[in-house]
Formats: sequence, C-alpha cells, structure tokens
Amino acid sequence: MHSIQVKDLSLNFGAVSVLKTLNLDVAEGEFIVLLGPSGCGKSTLLNCLAGLLDISDGEIWIKGKNVTWAEPSERGIGMVFQSYALYPQMTVRGNLTFGLKNAKMPKDEIDKRVARAAEILQIGPLLDRKPGALSGGQRQRVAIGRALVRDVDVFLFDEPLSNLDAKLRSELRVEIKRLHSRLKNTMVYVTHDQIEALTLADRIAVMRSGIIQQLDAPQVIYNRPANLFVAGFIGSPSMNFLHGATVDGGRAFDLNGLTLSLDGYEGGAVGARPKAILGLRPEHLTIVAEAEAGRTIPAVVELDEPMGADSLVWLKAGGVQVSVRVPVERRMAAGTAVHLRVDIPKASLFDAGTENRI
Amino acid sequence: MADVTHALGVRAKAGPRGARPKPLFSRRNIMVYGTLGLVSLYYLLPLWVMVVTSLKGMPEIRLGNVFAPPVEITFQPWVKAWAEACTGLNCDGLSRGFFNSVRILIPSVICSIAVASVSGYALSMWKFRGSEVFFTILMIGAFVPYQIMIYPIVILLRELGLYGGLWGLVLVHTVFGLPILTLLFRNYFATVPEELFKAARVDGAGFWAIFFKIMMPMSLPIFVVALILQVTGIWNDFLFGVIYTKPDLYPMTVQLNNIVNSVQGVKEYNVNMAATLLTGLVPLTIYFISGKLFVRGIAAGAVKG
Amino acid sequence: MTQRPTRLFRNASSKLALVPMITITLVVFVGCTLWTVLYSFTKSKSLPRLDFNGLDNYARLWKTSRWLVSIENIAIYGVLSMVLSLTLGFLLAALLDQKIRFEDTFRTILLYPFALSFIVTGLVWQWILNPDFGVQHVVRGLGFTSFEFDPLYNPEIVIYGILIAGLWQGTGLIMCIMLAGLRGIDEDIWKAARVDGIPMWKTYLYVVIPMMRPVFITAIVLIAAGIVKVYDLVVAQTSGGPGIASEVPAKYVYDYMFRGQNLGQGFAASTMMMLCVVIVLIPWAYLEFGGKKRG
Repeated sequence: MHSIQVKDLSLNFGAVSVLKTLNLDVAEGEFIVLLGPSGCGKSTLLNCLAGLLDISDGEIWIKGKNVTWAEPSERGIGMVFQSYALYPQMTVRGNLTFGLKNAKMPKDEIDKRVARAAEILQIGPLLDRKPGALSGGQRQRVAIGRALVRDVDVFLFDEPLSNLDAKLRSELRVEIKRLHSRLKNTMVYVTHDQIEALTLADRIAVMRSGIIQQLDAPQVIYNRPANLFVAGFIGSPSMNFLHGATVDGGRAFDLNGLTLSLDGYEGGAVGARPKAILGLRPEHLTIVAEAEAGRTIPAVVELDEPMGADSLVWLKAGGVQVSVRVPVERRMAAGTAVHLRVDIPKASLFDAGTENRI
Repeated sequence: MADVTHALGVRAKAGPRGARPKPLFSRRNIMVYGTLGLVSLYYLLPLWVMVVTSLKGMPEIRLGNVFAPPVEITFQPWVKAWAEACTGLNCDGLSRGFFNSVRILIPSVICSIAVASVSGYALSMWKFRGSEVFFTILMIGAFVPYQIMIYPIVILLRELGLYGGLWGLVLVHTVFGLPILTLLFRNYFATVPEELFKAARVDGAGFWAIFFKIMMPMSLPIFVVALILQVTGIWNDFLFGVIYTKPDLYPMTVQLNNIVNSVQGVKEYNVNMAATLLTGLVPLTIYFISGKLFVRGIAAGAVKG
Repeated sequence: MTQRPTRLFRNASSKLALVPMITITLVVFVGCTLWTVLYSFTKSKSLPRLDFNGLDNYARLWKTSRWLVSIENIAIYGVLSMVLSLTLGFLLAALLDQKIRFEDTFRTILLYPFALSFIVTGLVWQWILNPDFGVQHVVRGLGFTSFEFDPLYNPEIVIYGILIAGLWQGTGLIMCIMLAGLRGIDEDIWKAARVDGIPMWKTYLYVVIPMMRPVFITAIVLIAAGIVKVYDLVVAQTSGGPGIASEVPAKYVYDYMFRGQNLGQGFAASTMMMLCVVIVLIPWAYLEFGGKKRG
C-alpha cells in the first residue's frame, strides 16, 4: 500500500513554476530523502505535503485519503523543522502537548504519549524546562518528540540537522535512523547534504528546478546516475567528466584521438555518438606508471591533498582537471607524468546532447 | 603624542571589560562632557522653571526671576490647579480633565492595540492577495495631515450617534493609532520565524489559537512598547479632543490650555505652571519608569518604518 | 475536504480579522480624504453642500493674507527645524556615542521633552519667554538694561520663539534615531578608519553619514510629517498672535472649519496641506522603494 501519493502536482507562484507536474509514490514505512541544491523545490514539495502551501494543480493522497485540501493537522503527518520551531514560552511538555490539546485529546492519553516520546528520545528530565534552556541537539530531539506524540504514520523532516554542528549532526543522524527502524513509519526527509541522503534513505529523490531527476536507492543514485546533473551533484569531490565520442559501434571511447575500450560497460546499447561524456568517480581511477593500451590515459600530477584516511590527487588529463582518490601513503610530486587506469564497468556514459545516461 | 591621537582620533570602543579612557580631564573629555552638561542644563531648564514657579506665591513671582528657587514654598497653586481653577463655567480645576483623560485613555488604548495587533499579525502571517495593498494605503494614510480627514469624520460620527461623546473619541484614537501600531506589530511578527507558525498549524492551531497561545505570549515586549506609545500619544492629544468632545468631556490637555490661555481674570502664573506640570506628569512618569522600552518604542516605530 | 475551496473563503478568519483595518483604511484614510478634496471645490459655508464653484476657494485662499502668513511661517519653521533638528540631533548622538559615562542619564534628559505634549511645551516656553518675568527680565536684572528678547510679543520674530520650543521638544527623538543608526554601524568600519589614519571628523563625514542614509531619510520624513502637523504648539504658545503673526496652516484649517463657518476655505487649505505632504512623500517613496530596485 502506498503511504503517500503525489499525482501530477504543480505549484506556480504567479508566472513562476516552482513544481512541475510532479509524481511521487512512497511506500509504507519507506524513508525517502528529497535531495537537491537550494531553490530546487524540495522544501516546497514538503510544505505542500504538509498542507502549508496551497498547490496549483494535482492531488496529494496520504494513507489512501485525498488530502489535497485538508488542513495540515488533518493529514496525519508530523513535521520537524530546521530551526526546531519550538514555542519559546512553553515548557518542553507544553510543546509536546500543544497539538494534542488542540485536538481535545483526553488527558491520560496525552500523558501516555508524552511518556512514550520522552522514553524513546530520552528527554524525560527536560520536560519541565523551556526551550531556551536546552542545547541545539536537545531542542531538535524535542522537535522530533512533537511529531512523535502525534502518533502519525508520516513524518516530514525539513533539513532537521542543518543548524547543528558537524559532530551533533552525525549523532542525531544515527538517532533518526534508529528511530525509523524502531517506529517503521514513513519518513520524508529534505536535505541538501548528500551524506545524510546516502546514509538515511531507502530511496533518494534528486530534484532540480521543480523536477525529480532520479528516484532510486542510494547506491543506484551514486553508481548509476541517470543524468549529468545527478552525477555531478552526488559525490564529493564530484565525478570527473571527460568529453569525447563513442566510436567503433560503441565499443570504444575516443578522447582527443586516444582510445579507451568500453568493454564491460554496464549500460544499454552505446552505439556510435559523435558527442559523449565519460563520467568517472575519483575512486574509479587508478594511478599507474606504465601505459596500457585501451585502458589508460596519460596525465600530469598538479597537486595532492592528504585527507586523513586517503588522499586526493589532482591531475591534468586530456586538457581537463581530474581528481583521483589514492591511499594516503602515496605522495605525488607536482609535474610527475603518470597514467590513469579507467575502471570501465563502474564508469558512466552520458549523451552530451540529452545529458542522459547511456 | 600617542595620548593625543588616542584622545582626538579614536572612540575607545572597548567592550564593557575594556579600560575606560584613562585621563579624566583630557581635552576630549572636557569637550564632550562640557557640551553634554550645558545641553542637559538647557533641556532641564523648563522643567526647573515649571517646578519653582509652581511652588512660589504670586507676590514672589512678580518680584523675582523665573529661574530662582522659591523663598517660601507653597503648595497652594497645586491645590488650586487641581481643584479650583476655572474654565468657562466649571470651577472644579484640572481634576475634571484628568478623569476625562483617564476615561478616554483606557478604552482607546485597549481598542487601538487590539485592532492593530490583530491586523499586524494577519498582515505578516496570513497574507492573501491584496492584503499588502491595503497596508500600503494605510501607511500613506499615516503621513497625510489629519486636517484633511477631520471634518468628514465629524459627519461620520454624527451619523453613528457618537459625536461629542466619549466613544466617538475612542474610535478616532483607534483609527489614527492604527497605521503606526499596525506597522509596529507587523514588523515585529515578521521577525518571528515562519517555521514556528508552520509548526503551530501542523499542531492544529488556527488563526486565533496561534495568535493568543503562541504569538501573544512571546511578544509581550512589543505590546508594552505599543502601550507606552499609545498612552503618551493619547494623553498628549489636543486636536482630536477639542474637535470630537464637548466641553464637559474635554481631556486634560484641552482643559489645561483653556485654563492657562483664558483671557478672563488675573493671570496666576504659579497656578498655570502647577497645572502644566500636573498635565505633563502622567507621560513623564511613564517615560521615567519605562526608560529603555520607551526609547525602543520610538526607535521601533521610527527606524523600521 | 477533497474539493478545492473557494479562494475567498480560504483562511476566512484572517480576512475577517482584517475587516476593521480594511474598513478604516477605505472609509477614513481614502474616503474622508477624497470627500474633503471634492468638497474643496464647492461653495460650502457653515454646512457642506455640493454646489461647485471650481477653483474659487483656492483662488481666495492664495489671496488671504492670513494664509500667506501661515505659509511663510511654516516655511521658515520647516526649513529651520529640519536643518537644526538634523544637525543638533546628529551632533548630540555622536557625542553620546563616545563611550561616555552616564550615557543613559544624558539620553534620558535629552529625550524627556518628547514625552510631553505640545500644549505643555508651548505653555512652559510661553512662560519662560514672557518678557516681564522670563529671560528678558532676568538678563535685564543682571545689568543689561537694554537687552531685548521677547519673541512671543514681537511679530517679526515670533515664529523663532515657537521654533525654540519645537526644537526643545523634538530634537531628542532625532538624536535617539541617529544614535540607533550610529550603533548599527559595524565597529570594523571604525577600526579600518583608524588603521588608515583617517581623522574622526572625516570618518563621520565621508564614511559614517553616507552609511546612515536610511536613518537620515527616516528622520527627515518624521520631521517633515511633524512640521505639517504643527498646531497645538502654536495654539498653546501664542494662539497665532500677536495678530496673525504666528499663524500656521493647520490652525487656519481648524479655525475656518470649526470657528469661521467657512468650510470651503478649510477644505481648500487642508487639500493644500495634503498636496505639500505628497510633494515630500513622492521623492521619499522613490528613494526608499525605487532605489532598492536599482541596487
């Protein structure tokens, strides 16, 4: 059964189209991450799901009910915000119970739910404090609690970790994942942080300009990006792109006269294309000393950046800058001429015209 | 040399923990404090004159100068100003005006703040197509001289049966307080994070629940600012009081002016000054008690506008 | 609810809550203004009636010596109070911004007149400037027997007497706004100027004041709005006298509407006042809102 269904959703602000006939089906218990650069419409979509924005066209179904024009509180959703959005003059308990009191819930039921949320999130000792007296991490826990007590099937997260420092962020990330495996409810999570997306999501929806570019499992998004935008947006440092052409009936890639064999490429029929782009992640290149026919390209080292666990080497190959991830022990002097062996089975080929994956 | 550049060239912008400018009698300090001291004296002079004059008897006033402290202190002028001074046929002093002002003030302040706070809230958080247009017109209205509207308002109030009465004036104060107060509240509510508002909507709170349970409790300071602004403004009003009320309902300012500038009888300057001080006492008290909030109020009303 | 609700009734409470504000805006601020403008073209005397006489009221207005005196007075008062309020307000704010002791005390003293009404202000200065007991009397008592300073009784200079009182009441406000503006300036600007060896007065003149443009604009608008409304002060201090020497437009309007039984004149005069404000308002709106688009 679908937990959330978005059917042909459009949203326009005046003449500006923010979301364009968007479709999205979320399975029950699924963790969906909406990922994209700022202004791509991911938060807007979440606000539409929550009922905080009126949509221009289309329908939204939650749990088999058409909620397109329902009030936010009637949709069976809980929401967690980036700035926590705790009511400053209420205690933590007041924050947790405000929605329940608005729904005129009996007091013993309220108490039961607050106790459960406090137990799950370990905020019991904080219940009588005010938000001002809490740390950022505690505040976000309370904000999650506020969604939790509503006992709803769908949780909406709007960049919940962006206001926290790096350490807290990774802690709470783990906690959200634990929460999901315990509660097993549907979660829609908006972020611009790809680490969060890759670690948390069952499926990631990568968005740009109000359109979902690719909706797939994290490893598919990472390894088989559907187009140039997804390929460039995911991964840090981003994928290396080599512009050339596919030749020999699609069996080889021509890079300014240098030929790379495409044997083992996992994709559809490549065919001969006069303009193609070969996408290679930094870890899919290996630095070797000797050239191997059809498998390597020559390069010159420009600088290396040790990053702790490994190190990044920046080289010039075929006129473009290329980054390669290497074990940390290998220091490379600038100016060294080397060769890069290409891991074709893990590479991505794109049509330069459509920018789509071949 | 370093001392001179320090004294002339720089404001010693140290934090609270930093050292104060070292030489107490440097040229810079004498200039700064000297100027400020003289200016302060000038600003305090009228207050001083009011106080000393109101405590003198008439013979002493005729002989001495206005700045000299009283030789013989008498509170008779105060008593007379409060309870006996005459305006027209009434001879019960300023007390009548005082109580009129109080009766005008309380409902006016409540009404104007109620309407303006709700309007400001709706304008900042529940925008709809066209709401900004009305707000812009209202803001232009704040700068248009009252004189162009006063006469038609007389007609409107007469049609409503409110002309000359207390509630007519309350309505007028509510109307003319609206632009600046709406601006004040709108700007304040605009600083409340939007996500808080969204969270409350997800929690099932509607327009009024969000206003009374979320926004009002967290915006007490701005309500106090509005209160100060309105109490001083309405208390000090003269024009509306004189146009829209009848003599037995005249607010204190109007009555004060009638007492002091009446052409009948001998001028009793000490009584006049006592009356003037009495009238100024309410806003002055509010000013000295509220201190920084008063400053914040005018700064909020002015700079953001 | 599965049907799209009608736009009009979406968030009905918020629209309902704005009904008072919208009514007031349309009826009073728009309606009453237009009413007065319309009736300024009529022969209304003691009662308003729609009997048009074109621009007669305006023609007569600009031939009335009292109106001309009023305009001259408000021009003198306006220009001087604008220049002096801004200069004094800024200088005082700059002085208070020198990290001095007793800053709060000084500010409290400079601002307290603003809490007082124009009536109180006018009456106390009427007393201080009284030639028989006030400043003139005291200075003569010191031996300067030929000293003359009686602005409230001398038609030539009476408007300056009112100006003194007006400045005393209002400069504190301008100072406060300027001080807020000065405090809003990044402290690094001062550090940078200090490192560059720029003298303080130059920093104020070439760096700080240009940065405070919005504050100055606000102050100018506030002062301008206050100038047009000057009424109570004159009523309390001089009642327009001696003769008609200290009349101002707002008083002209009031007297013709409510005392002179000549509504047409009152309406025409108030329409002229509004025109003046519009002339001030349009450049301001252009600077405030037109300027932002370019930036």
